[in-house]
Amino acid sequence: MGRKLLLEHANVPGIETFEVYRRNGGYRSVEKALKTMSPQNVVEEVQASGLRGRGGAGFPTGMKWSFLAKPEGVPRYLLCNADESEPGTFKDRYLMEKIPHLLIEGMIVSSYALGCNQSYIYIRGEYMWVLEIVEKAIAEAYANGFLGKNILGSGYDLDLAIAPGGGAYICGEETALIESLEGKRGNPRIKPPFPAVKGLWGCPTVVNNVESIAAVVPIVNDGGAEYAKIGIGKSTGTKLISACGNLVKPGVYEIELGLSVEEFIYSDEWCGGIANGKKIKACVPGGSSVPILPANLITKTAEGTDRLMTYESLAEGGFATGSMLGSGGFIVFDEDQCIVRNTWNFARFYAHESCGQCSPCREGTGWMEKVLRRLEHGQGHMHDIDLLAEINKKIEGNTICPLGDAAAWPVAAAIRHFREEFEWHVTHPDEAVKRNFGIASNHMPLV
Amino acid sequence: MVKVIIDDIEVEVEPGTTILNAARQIGGDVVPPAMCYYSKLQGSGGKCRTCLVEVAAGSAADPRPMPKLVASCSTPVMDGMIVKNKTSERVYDNRAAVTEFLLINHPLDCPICDQAGECHLQDLGFEHGKEGTRYEEKRRTFDPIDIGDKIKLHMNRCILCYRCVYTANQLTDQRVHGVMHRGDHAEISTYIEKAIDNDFSGNVIDVCPVGALTDKTFRFKSRVWFLKPMEASCECTKCAGKAVVWMFGDEIYRVTGRKDKYGEIEDIDGKTAWICNECRFDKKDKTKWTIEGPRVINRHSVISQNKYIVDERLELKKLTGK
Repeated sequence: MGRKLLLEHANVPGIETFEVYRRNGGYRSVEKALKTMSPQNVVEEVQASGLRGRGGAGFPTGMKWSFLAKPEGVPRYLLCNADESEPGTFKDRYLMEKIPHLLIEGMIVSSYALGCNQSYIYIRGEYMWVLEIVEKAIAEAYANGFLGKNILGSGYDLDLAIAPGGGAYICGEETALIESLEGKRGNPRIKPPFPAVKGLWGCPTVVNNVESIAAVVPIVNDGGAEYAKIGIGKSTGTKLISACGNLVKPGVYEIELGLSVEEFIYSDEWCGGIANGKKIKACVPGGSSVPILPANLITKTAEGTDRLMTYESLAEGGFATGSMLGSGGFIVFDEDQCIVRNTWNFARFYAHESCGQCSPCREGTGWMEKVLRRLEHGQGHMHDIDLLAEINKKIEGNTICPLGDAAAWPVAAAIRHFREEFEWHVTHPDEAVKRNFGIASNHMPLV
Repeated sequence: MVKVIIDDIEVEVEPGTTILNAARQIGGDVVPPAMCYYSKLQGSGGKCRTCLVEVAAGSAADPRPMPKLVASCSTPVMDGMIVKNKTSERVYDNRAAVTEFLLINHPLDCPICDQAGECHLQDLGFEHGKEGTRYEEKRRTFDPIDIGDKIKLHMNRCILCYRCVYTANQLTDQRVHGVMHRGDHAEISTYIEKAIDNDFSGNVIDVCPVGALTDKTFRFKSRVWFLKPMEASCECTKCAGKAVVWMFGDEIYRVTGRKDKYGEIEDIDGKTAWICNECRFDKKDKTKWTIEGPRVINRHSVISQNKYIVDERLELKKLTGK
């Protein structure tokens, strides 16, 4: 059993209340940071921990914090990105729902480190019940003197507010999040300037994922060096993985980075193998936007070494034979699943969620969705497969924000690894339509 | 001043200038096409991606090339930057792809579109488009709507450049139109078909690069290349009264702002010469205008065809003295 830093007390009854959370060692980090550490010390600890952003990009959090511009007399803002909407990712929801005070504690310490007196949690519009839980927890923190003026007599003031989004995936992009928070249409801004220089209301701003902010709590409690001992190489600490798909035990797991993928999928301690005794066909290890891996590349890399749950190991082989850890949305497909159908499903999501600001993404995602729908419904041609590959090459890298890349990668990878399945849909149009996915016995084998 | 090399031509520009504006200082075919950027509108640009260029060296201090193509309209130049526009295969390849993206949902109704002849998308398609289309799907369609009694919105033709939104935001008091919905189903619209009622709202027609916003007082009256564009001025209390009147014989068919070769309204006496709705829609009487002389339309357009012929022999004579 690996160490748990975030979800250790998640199943203690009543942990969502302040009293129980405090009894279980909660808010220790706030006391430690505000009473014994300078803001710079906290930043140094986070840098020493090697913590990497848990939202998907994996950018070192400490480095991100050090980029924050600090002009005199200008307020700075810390925003918590709780707009978790990537298909397959539901770790932040679990964390906020189970143990909301951990996020608030992390927000206080992080805000202190960055010198922010006003911070926001931007929460996804569909998470309304989670918003109520977190709001209640914020009220409790205010009532107990951990938020508001002069926290714990240290002279540090912090106000924490929660802002709901309207349910747009694009608002998880940090500049779109800022626009939305300002009350505007959630269109990503053109960078530069980066939020660290000019963010919310034109002031320096840091946007961090829920899990990154929560991870600051154990880092401050035990020290960055202690945190860095967990994991391998540049992938330090623990990571929440939301495992879903055809698994015996899907759910949110906190793993130590460096666990082998094989152990994670098949060990009874974790996901318990593939449901109904079937074989694994493919796996999307980091949320819908990362490249899909075929069965032979999931547990082993192309060189034959064991694949581990780390940023580096999952990315080994580049996009040709690798993928990404991303946000930790671990989706597993068994042998009966249709990759074309799944790719179409993802493409449909991105076509629906593209903000429509820049032309390659606006038109390209819609185009890919339409072509994939035709292929899936047995109306495709052979040249459509090459057309898809061509379209996503032209979207990738040509857009304002990473949504274009996120839409292009899964399609590119599906064609790269499962081309024969796409071809099967063209050559067997009738069978492609007749397959029934809900009921396994009616399934017609692929190829 | 910073030095930047664009397509092997060195130019010195103010710090903070964008690559596109630096290229415009050189002029000619070094200038990348821009469908959404409009120098007179704050915040515009970055959206259409037709102005993508390759940065072969970021700056003198950090000469690494930028991995992705960058939008030249929103990327500031650095000292010692080396930019490739027309000399880069990659730029042309991707610009052709962007052109294709812009055209997949755009109706090819140029024969009945009022913008034909002065349409930037036509120019772009001519320069970077491919023959035929690979798009087999149904195009997205909308019904044309009236926004105000003088402006027609053909959403089918819109390329979502956001110029009209910025115009309305920056020229008028209360903007009532904007972009609704997301992705390829996004549309420019007014709040529940509310009429745009403002003295300067007609400028959205001038900034529109395509035929999405057209002048209802001119629609279907004539093709632009049959008309004579003449510079004209009038006494106007609301605007500078400097406009271009488009005439056929002695009749004024339409009035527009004075656009430069990039399709942007010119600055006159240091101020952008936007014209008011009264000048644009109501003054169609020749007696109300002082005609100053013919307007040169130097965008590669059919409008100037056969009107202002540059006599090459004459030019040669001037140069050689023979």
